[in-house]
Amino acid sequence: MSAREYRTSSYAQGGLLEVRNTPEVSFGDRVLIRDHMNRIRNGQVIKSSEGSVLIQVFEGTSDIDLESTWVRFLDEPFEISLSPELLGRVFNGIGQPKDGRPPIVSNLRRNISGTAINPAARTYPREFIQTGISTIDGLNSLVRGQKLPIFSASGLPHNRLAAQIVRQAKLVDEESHFSIVFAAMGVSYADARFFQEEFSNSGVLGNVVMYINLADDSPVERLALPRVALTAAEYLAFELDRHVLVVMTDMTNYAEALREVGTAKGDVPSRKGYPGYLYSDLAEIYERSGRIRDRHGSITLVPVVSMPSDDITHPIPDLTGYITEGQIVLSRELHNQGIYPPVHISPSLSRLMKDGIGKDDTREDHPRVANQLFALYARALETRNLASIIGADELSERDRRYLGFADEFDKRFVGQDEDEDRSIIETLNLAWELLSIFPKDALTRVKETDLAKYHHTGD
Amino acid sequence: MDKAMSEQNNRGIIREINGPIVTITLPGVRNGEQVKIGERGLYGEVITLRGDNAVVQAYESTEGVRPGEPAEALGWPLSVELGPGLLGSIFDGVQRPLEEIFEGHGDHIPRGLSLPALDREKSWHFVPEESLERGTHLESGIRLGTVQETETVEHRVLVPPDRAGELVELAPEGDYTLEDTIGRVRTPDGRTRKLKLYHRWPVRNARPYVKRDHGVAPLITGQRILDTFFPLLKGGKGAVPGPFGAGKTVVQQQIARWSNADIVIYVGCGERGNELVDILETFPTLQDPYSGRKLMERTLLVANTSNMPVVAREASIYVGMTMAEYYRDQGYDVVMLADSTSRWAEALREVSGRLGQMPVEEGYPAYLASRLAAVYERAGRVETGGCDKGSVTLIGAVSPPGGDFSEPVTAHTKEIIQTFWALSKELADARHYPAIDWTGSFSEHVSTAGKWWHKEIDPDWEARRGEALALLARDAELLRIVNLVGPEALSSAQRWELEGAALIKDGVLQQSALDEVDTFSSPEKQFLLLDMALTVYEKGAELIELGVPVQELTDLPLLAKARRAKQVYDSTQTEQLLELMEEFNQSFDKIRTEYAKFEEHAQ
Repeated sequence: MSAREYRTSSYAQGGLLEVRNTPEVSFGDRVLIRDHMNRIRNGQVIKSSEGSVLIQVFEGTSDIDLESTWVRFLDEPFEISLSPELLGRVFNGIGQPKDGRPPIVSNLRRNISGTAINPAARTYPREFIQTGISTIDGLNSLVRGQKLPIFSASGLPHNRLAAQIVRQAKLVDEESHFSIVFAAMGVSYADARFFQEEFSNSGVLGNVVMYINLADDSPVERLALPRVALTAAEYLAFELDRHVLVVMTDMTNYAEALREVGTAKGDVPSRKGYPGYLYSDLAEIYERSGRIRDRHGSITLVPVVSMPSDDITHPIPDLTGYITEGQIVLSRELHNQGIYPPVHISPSLSRLMKDGIGKDDTREDHPRVANQLFALYARALETRNLASIIGADELSERDRRYLGFADEFDKRFVGQDEDEDRSIIETLNLAWELLSIFPKDALTRVKETDLAKYHHTGD
Repeated sequence: MDKAMSEQNNRGIIREINGPIVTITLPGVRNGEQVKIGERGLYGEVITLRGDNAVVQAYESTEGVRPGEPAEALGWPLSVELGPGLLGSIFDGVQRPLEEIFEGHGDHIPRGLSLPALDREKSWHFVPEESLERGTHLESGIRLGTVQETETVEHRVLVPPDRAGELVELAPEGDYTLEDTIGRVRTPDGRTRKLKLYHRWPVRNARPYVKRDHGVAPLITGQRILDTFFPLLKGGKGAVPGPFGAGKTVVQQQIARWSNADIVIYVGCGERGNELVDILETFPTLQDPYSGRKLMERTLLVANTSNMPVVAREASIYVGMTMAEYYRDQGYDVVMLADSTSRWAEALREVSGRLGQMPVEEGYPAYLASRLAAVYERAGRVETGGCDKGSVTLIGAVSPPGGDFSEPVTAHTKEIIQTFWALSKELADARHYPAIDWTGSFSEHVSTAGKWWHKEIDPDWEARRGEALALLARDAELLRIVNLVGPEALSSAQRWELEGAALIKDGVLQQSALDEVDTFSSPEKQFLLLDMALTVYEKGAELIELGVPVQELTDLPLLAKARRAKQVYDSTQTEQLLELMEEFNQSFDKIRTEYAKFEEHAQ
């Protein structure tokens, strides 16, 4: 192999290293780089021509010199070793141990890029997951195999919400627990520690595999991290038949790393300087979740996306929303009112909800109750706006009822304790308490049979 | 196509790999030609020639390919197989059969795979056209015979566009596989050529037809806001733009389910895998409301999901369109749904970026507008070689970044299409579905569609449609006032206008795709619901004119009844809807009499 070691670097900048007079190297191959201090770095070929190769260096290119840097081409794709021993371990973004324990040894190795799931091999996700959180279970239900991001912003409690989902998520009639893959990209030490403690306190640590890249770790490593984590998730789900819940935080840091490296490569920028392939790149990650025909396991993906300047139209949340099957949107306004979890239901959505709820899954009135709550709340918010202009006293009696509903809804339905695990039936019953603020005639989105059965007739 | 040139395939050597873009020394290769790349035999297509070097875009991931590996030019452009067996199938962006790939190769799509799109083993019962005799001159597009492709669709076997000539032989009725010869023709160059049940066609060339025709009948989708308010003709071009979560996919799927087309081709272009699975799992069990057969029998899927290679995504639209044209040539009305054209445009952008082409708007290449127009232009209603009329209706979803309709793809699309169904985030947030915004949408087909509605449904259609839109426009105006100064500033008549508009929104425009009854509305039901909402409004307005307080009317229980009617009565229950209308009329008359008595009394 030493025959394939070269000291012919010609360019180093922004995590990229160009090597000249190279042999013919495969696109995507792994590379080891030994710098003047004999430190080993890892890289991957991202462009291969005759006589020159461009390498993306995961540890970055700082403190590298061109003369004394040795590059060894490993003649193998970027693969990681997989075994059941993964659970309970902590790794960095390229799959090296970060917990002081030895690396995973296994004959089973998989390419981190994965290959696209054949759409014909998929099966439609339809098993309701109860998270115990009313705004999710009742109005934006999560199903097994779905990808449902949390759109948040700096200072909002997305980490606490993600942790609560991890703690409480279960199927209604099955006592099976999820295996957790936790992928942290560019997070602060405090955030990483928060999750580690959460997992430890709730006693699930042995069922979690963590991939952690901290804010001061190399951004190039962030590009590999979600792929490494999902390769592990695919192994757990589709080879070990487990139901896997993947939590990724924060996809915005990932996309920023992609922009950083893309800019260094000279890629044509599109919106806000992000490369034109941001959509495809994010899709390669998100679409690895799902269910597959004839396989028992599943991958449910909950990425956290922080919206820069609270802007939902920013390219990262925007493109994410186009790929994922809905989104849970957190609101600063609710948060400032002290409401936890501050889920703003109007822009939130679960696309796969329709097949996971109803008679056989939750309760027969569930789809219509959700629809009715959304409609009333939208109207109530309009009324709230109006009241802030003309004053609540000027409102008609009907409008004041909407106002009262909005306040009750925020306080009782949206708001709940961090350790409050509501069953879906409790959530739906609570919904009917709120719907019963209105007379039956105002509730046109539910059926008359629903009204007869659940409306607290006091109108 | 010149076959002589391609007998000796060109071989070459790979020079550079840059993502999906591979540079290969390959002298003599043509632009657009298919290339097999490297030892894995990945498929790709030449997009640029530079001296002896060809720049090739690969349909598959190029990971593991190295400079120095061989490559081979295949001698033909990207083509699809056209013949019986397409319907009910799901193909990838370059027409590889995904179900067969799943059965033979497992959950993931392996690279370098070459599988015929159509099953070679299966035999089809061919019934030749009786009128054809030996020696007859056959124009291309003439019907040679038929094969029953599915229970609903009769597949018409046509003379392929490049095989016109004198009929030498036509096979008798019987069972044939795709590779069996079913006839021979002598072409004008004197050669005798075989005819089979299938042929190939290059996807980037529009299939020929005799002449263009204009659309005459609206595409009925069973969706009230589409059919009644913003109709699209068969053979028309429509677009559904909207931010994420506004319901583009549901609108497209509803059209795929309920439209009165003969054939539906759904191209999932850079979108979610689960959406295609939804169709794959539900369509075989759903009933076609027109034929009563299973929906999958008239449906064909092309799937290039967002995580599949981006170059095949660019090809998928052309692959879908060519198959659509093929069924059009058989005299069918075809609807092609492309979800989403923005992802297709992004694929163009990605390739152009890798080639270092100068970007113009938001990184898109300068040829975006012309390529987009060329794709949409392949839609239309035509007279086919077989003297039939067939049509391709193209409906493209557009995914504007941030929901901004001024971005390049939406803006260019808007210039080309005739019907624009604009989705709105505000409506979607309020769970008003379909979230099609009546102020931002338009249709250039209203007067032509009107002729059909007036003849088939009701002569008042266009007038009633206009009245409803006018009421909705006044509503928007009044709501602005309410938001500034509150509802107290409005007169009674104005407050009743708000109530009337709300009734149209809730009782007519809003339609639940999930409700068994409401999901499909026949044109008759559509008109009755619209007429009912407007009648309630008009009767009420008359009473207010007489001095009846608006409060008395807004409290009427019949308003809730009118709102629920869409979910209570299905498309066959027009009698019940008429009875309900009569009931409303009587209620209003009763109020009128009571009020008159009260007035008399007061005097």
